[in-house]
Amino acid sequence: MADPMKIRASLKGDVAEIRILMSHAMETGQRKDAAGATVPPHFIQSMTVTVGGKKVIDGQIGTSVSRNPVFGFKMKGAKVGDKVVVNWVDNKGDKRTDEVAVA
Amino acid sequence: MNTTRRTVLKGATASGLLASLIAAGALRPTHVLAADWNKTAFEAKDTAGALKGLGAGAPADSKDLILKVPDIAENGAVVPVDVVSNIPNTSSISILVEKNPQPLSCQFDFANGALADVSARLKLAQTSLVKAVAKADGKFYTAQKEVKVTAGGCGG
Repeated sequence: MADPMKIRASLKGDVAEIRILMSHAMETGQRKDAAGATVPPHFIQSMTVTVGGKKVIDGQIGTSVSRNPVFGFKMKGAKVGDKVVVNWVDNKGDKRTDEVAVA
Repeated sequence: MNTTRRTVLKGATASGLLASLIAAGALRPTHVLAADWNKTAFEAKDTAGALKGLGAGAPADSKDLILKVPDIAENGAVVPVDVVSNIPNTSSISILVEKNPQPLSCQFDFANGALADVSARLKLAQTSLVKAVAKADGKFYTAQKEVKVTAGGCGG
């Protein structure tokens, strides 16, 4: 199981800003280790953000997103206390779900 | 004795089988779930192939699609990219890095009040054009900007 995500969701006026920090190696499959062997690809492929029970963001991700990816999204219609649920799945089937309340 | 062994084996493998098949590429994920990973687009080796995989073809340039990237990135491994679309009814944004081995970096679909405003951090293998592609009302729009990389993010 991967390390927990760090999620921040804050309401500014009527727009909620959601920032997500995921903990993941995001290996591209291009890199070689010290012994010269290619490190197999290992990266997050898909992620979703659900706010107050409704899916807001549906993302697909490739190998060229940085290690420990950071994403920022904005949405209208969120209220303080709404539950923000973020989940991701990587190419090896590993997954992680974390949640936070809109502040 | 033999039948029991079969049952146990079946139970143990059934759950792990689907995941490993998808990982191995034996099953096309698009056929399993509608919203699954777009393998064709993400594994395309050039921008044209990636755009084709997205169904974007040749998107039109748009001034309402705002792409914010640094002019020079000292470290290609972490390049902040912001994309904001002011095109009405933007339903999805994709970000491509032209010179990367696999140009398509990420794609986000918006729903239920999400604004067409995304920030992410990308890896750039070398100095390259970064391209944002937005989909609105079934049409595709694009904006691009060059980022100079002084140290690569891939390989090395």
